Amino acid sequence: MTTSLIRRLIQAGFVIFAMTLIVFLGVNVIGNPVDILINPDLNQAERLKVIESLGLDRPIWQQYLSFLHGLTQGDFGDSFVYSRPALDVILERLPATLELALCAMLIAIVIGLPLGLYAGLHPNRLSSRVIMTGSILGFSLPTFWVGLMFILLFAVQLGWLPSNGRGETAELFGARWSFLTTDGLLHLFLPALNLALFKTSLILRLTRAGVQEVVSQEYVKFARAKGLRENRIILVHILKNLMIPVVTIIGLEFGSLIAFSVVTESIFGWPGMGKLIIDSINLLDRPVIVAYLMMMVVLFVSLNFIIDLCYTLLDPRVRLDGKG
Amino acid sequence: MDPKLATVAETITAPPPRRIWPAIRRFFAAPAALIGAIGLIVVLGAAIFAPLLSPQDPYDLMQLDIMDSRLPPGSESFAGVPYLLGTDGQGRDILSGIMYGLRTSLIVGIASAFAAALIGTTLGLMAAYLGGRIESFLMRLVDLQLSFPTILMALMVLAILGNGVTNVVLAIIIAEWATYARTARGTALVEREKEYIEAARCLRIPGYRVLLRHLLPNCLAPIIVIATMQVARAIGLEATLSFLGLGASVTQPSLGMLIANGYQYLLSGLYWISFFPGIALLITIVSINLVGDRLRDVLNPRNAR
Repeated sequence: MTTSLIRRLIQAGFVIFAMTLIVFLGVNVIGNPVDILINPDLNQAERLKVIESLGLDRPIWQQYLSFLHGLTQGDFGDSFVYSRPALDVILERLPATLELALCAMLIAIVIGLPLGLYAGLHPNRLSSRVIMTGSILGFSLPTFWVGLMFILLFAVQLGWLPSNGRGETAELFGARWSFLTTDGLLHLFLPALNLALFKTSLILRLTRAGVQEVVSQEYVKFARAKGLRENRIILVHILKNLMIPVVTIIGLEFGSLIAFSVVTESIFGWPGMGKLIIDSINLLDRPVIVAYLMMMVVLFVSLNFIIDLCYTLLDPRVRLDGKG
Repeated sequence: MDPKLATVAETITAPPPRRIWPAIRRFFAAPAALIGAIGLIVVLGAAIFAPLLSPQDPYDLMQLDIMDSRLPPGSESFAGVPYLLGTDGQGRDILSGIMYGLRTSLIVGIASAFAAALIGTTLGLMAAYLGGRIESFLMRLVDLQLSFPTILMALMVLAILGNGVTNVVLAIIIAEWATYARTARGTALVEREKEYIEAARCLRIPGYRVLLRHLLPNCLAPIIVIATMQVARAIGLEATLSFLGLGASVTQPSLGMLIANGYQYLLSGLYWISFFPGIALLITIVSINLVGDRLRDVLNPRNAR
């Protein structure tokens, strides 16, 4: 157990190392940093001076080593746009993105789980068919277009909800959050609903498939034969056995929610990391891009590691040292 | 080995080809598949014959009249030509814009799905057939790739390579090849153990020939299904990236770009500039998914015969 754990840890470390190499080489070799970093109006002597001060005249492996060194210190260089350390610029937008992703996940669970349960228990009812067709739409509709339609309907035509920004925020744990104020909650609703759309369909279909599998099991039949009340069968016998795959998916998909918030944040002007990275790509703000990409790599590698770990703890049949 | 003998051996060992007509008839037995196929034909037709069918060439500046800009659907141009779906901020006919936009979207979607299928399938089959170190390395790579969401991979590629249509195609290929590789390997691992492959090996047919003529045709069904679905996903992804300003150029707008153009007018209630390209995108994606869904049912050997 311990050895396989250490092996997984070393593997995760190796992946992160490989990604630093890819991101560094990609940004520094394929793109030309000199063109990106230096004001084109400068004359030749000034250019050389800037190149030297940025260390771009050194051999590539030396640059990579100093990049790695900066990485261990959390130093990605200063953002060109904000003239502040790139990591700080990103981290101060982290709460906004986290809040949006958590809210979307909550909506997806609250809508997807009961509907999936219903569709699985009564597969032949017309309402179940409507729910399932609706979930196909949830998969097929492009998220960004649905977001635009939300704005059109709820913000422009009906005027019920705001469509831009975070609204009023309140401070908690040293960060500012929207969900603590009424105005902030109103601002949060549309983007969270938009981001939740895809995951709702996913959880719905997963729940339904799970219910249909569990319902035909012996222990459910036995519970019925014992004369247990239907509510108890659903809550204890069915729902409990359903939770393992559903919880797994929720864990797995949380990372992808953060990644996909790029789209939703851009539409609703939500000042999170996703909007920042799109702006940075368009403005060629290289330190911020690199810092964001590295942060995402670390996030996903750790998420996968934690999920692997949970599997072994929950289910002793899964062994980490199996051939992946 | 004598080439003649090889051909004889292959006709003996390879399983007989499936007949095509019953399969097609079975395909259209489901109404959803029929709707999907009709939708797909309409979309493809509109894209291919755009220069003939569209009321206006949206890239010909001579035909544009700024006086006609932002007209609601159903209004007429100064010259009396109706704008069925209205016009955008530059006075372009939305309907014509959609037809030309479909071209870019479909080309990007089909090209990237096809290239990803080619690369992924080749690597997957190689992994299954060769085994050993190559297999474990390739599959580790696939695992790694699939642990990152598509949009993140695409963003990473675009952040490094810069914006543009070609780079979007590249980004989609890099983000999607792993799905094919995993499927191809999975299917090939099952097929590899079957008798016809063993027979082909016993006849000492060279490895690449076994791969191409024996293994590949029998692994093709699930790959075709995935490729169909991936075209839809690729079109959606391209639209998303273009909407974010990372994709298609202004001179050759895709559907995502058209939707992005309408974004600024949305808040003033001019819905049609974004709405109709979105509907076109939706019809395209849903049609392809319906067709792909039915293909999966028809091509699944468990349902066949």
